[in-house]
Amino acid sequence: MALVEIREVDKTFQRGSERIEVFIGLTLDIAEGSFTALMGPSGSGKSTLLNLVAGLDRPTRGSVRVAGAEVSAMRPNQLAPWRARHIGFVFQQLNLLPVLTAYQNVELPLLLTRLSRKERDERIRLALGVVGLEDRMSHYPRQLSGGQEQRVAIARAIVADPTLVLLDEPTGQLDAKSSADVLQLLSRLNDEFKKTVIIVTHDAHAAEAARTVLHLDKGRLIERQGAAV
Amino acid sequence: MKFLHLVLANLGRHKRRTILTTASVALALFLFASLRTVVTTLDAAARFGSVRRLVSTNATGIVFPLPLSYANKLRGVPGVEAVSWANWFGGRYGDNKRFFAQFAVDPESYLEMYPEISLPEDQKQAFLRERSSAIIGRRLVEVFGWRLGQDVTIQGTIFPGDWTFTIRGIYTPTDAVINDDMLLFRHDYLEERLGRPGISGWYVIRIDDANHAAQIARTIDIQFRNSTAATKTGTEQAFNASFATMWGNVSLLMGTIGLAVVFAILLVTANAMMMSSRERTREVAVLKTIGFSDRTVFGLVMLEAAAIALTGALLGLGGAKYLYKATNFNGGGFLPGFDVTTDTLLLGATVALLLMLASGLVPAVRAARLPVVQALRRVE
Repeated sequence: MALVEIREVDKTFQRGSERIEVFIGLTLDIAEGSFTALMGPSGSGKSTLLNLVAGLDRPTRGSVRVAGAEVSAMRPNQLAPWRARHIGFVFQQLNLLPVLTAYQNVELPLLLTRLSRKERDERIRLALGVVGLEDRMSHYPRQLSGGQEQRVAIARAIVADPTLVLLDEPTGQLDAKSSADVLQLLSRLNDEFKKTVIIVTHDAHAAEAARTVLHLDKGRLIERQGAAV
Repeated sequence: MKFLHLVLANLGRHKRRTILTTASVALALFLFASLRTVVTTLDAAARFGSVRRLVSTNATGIVFPLPLSYANKLRGVPGVEAVSWANWFGGRYGDNKRFFAQFAVDPESYLEMYPEISLPEDQKQAFLRERSSAIIGRRLVEVFGWRLGQDVTIQGTIFPGDWTFTIRGIYTPTDAVINDDMLLFRHDYLEERLGRPGISGWYVIRIDDANHAAQIARTIDIQFRNSTAATKTGTEQAFNASFATMWGNVSLLMGTIGLAVVFAILLVTANAMMMSSRERTREVAVLKTIGFSDRTVFGLVMLEAAAIALTGALLGLGGAKYLYKATNFNGGGFLPGFDVTTDTLLLGATVALLLMLASGLVPAVRAARLPVVQALRRVE
């Protein structure tokens, strides 16, 4: 069953007088419980696709449906709570608020819920436990390594138990060891916790961790490897 | 309350900047409260005066005396209940670093005329008995350490020579606008030392009915119109107000300075808030990606502005209220009853609120409207 349904999506940007067409009539599905890697050269539209799925950006034409909701038709005031409920997002870098500890960073999505302080505490400890950073809870981002920062960001992305975890080049700034740790963690989230994971990457190792790999080029889906929907 | 730690963490990001911004708000509101209190104190002094008391001065000017013989004639004016008189002495004490007013007064009638000057009965009797005695306000006890029975020598300037008075009483004003640092001595002692010229500086007249004030004042002035010293009679309030106007349009001046200070600080605070907001463009984008709504982001930025404005208000307004009270400040005797009023505190709080809105609104709206993708692209 498709969790993400993208239908006939066009996306264009205006840069000065130049009109940049990112997608023209893009159609694809991403299955629930899948681990999908979006690959392609720079400018192929990988990150833009991730932003459309997360409701951070709007298609110029076409529809984006996630978990049955027409994301592309939502108003801004509907998108924020929808994202809080359904999306966990990890950027390539600078994910964490430097003035907050790892614990407080992970707590951020839970501040938008009605959970009690005790319930929030339980969830934060669980999420940090899943990423193996229980002992770094009171550390500030500057006191963590790059890999640890990304794992805290992943803990924050999963702490509210979202429908979909989206990661934009999560290993792009990491060394091989940290990168492997993060990928292993993502596989575990998919296998063990049945999370649907979509990752944008240039990294072939990262793509290997995924069950499905979608190759994009010039805004078109040119190849699908692995499990179909 | 869930977001409090986030607000506090953001304020603690640049501690020095936050402290300086808060301090500038506190200073602005302290100055605002101080300047406004000068105005309210002068206003209160100008408004002070019983509606049943008139003051009669020489029509040529207050520095010119009136004959002492007018006292009996004034008592005979219909509607006049009591008459007293006083003279400005203008002496110096010691190194003259601390100014205080001295008046020669007719003791019995003056204390009866001014029940606001509260004096223990035994001290009052001593003042009435002893010609060279004086009574002083309690503040002079604090300032000079004077005590009952002590001889104090004042150098006369208008009336030259050394004038020694024995302190026989320490009064307490029951109305804040009555100066608590005056020295009052007996007018008959002044007369005696000067060779009985028979003069007084002004008369204070208590009348039977406040509604008759204008008519009685007119009667008095008509009575002395063709004498050697014509009088100018008016209500005590008008008399006091005339002193206040000697300061010029202080209210306008103080108000303008106060507003200028607040406006300058507004720019400083707004600039600090804008800088803080610009530095966090990426973080705002992250928060929105997590699911923070535009409204929540707006609220968080406004809360930061509120925290700065309210802390500044507490320090500035509270500091002004406490400091002037604790030090019993009276502007060297020129501003008796100097106290930051509740009205001033409320007005200051309103200014703080406006400051919060004005400094926080622009960065808050900017943060709320920030498109996530655009913000991320700008930083990357």
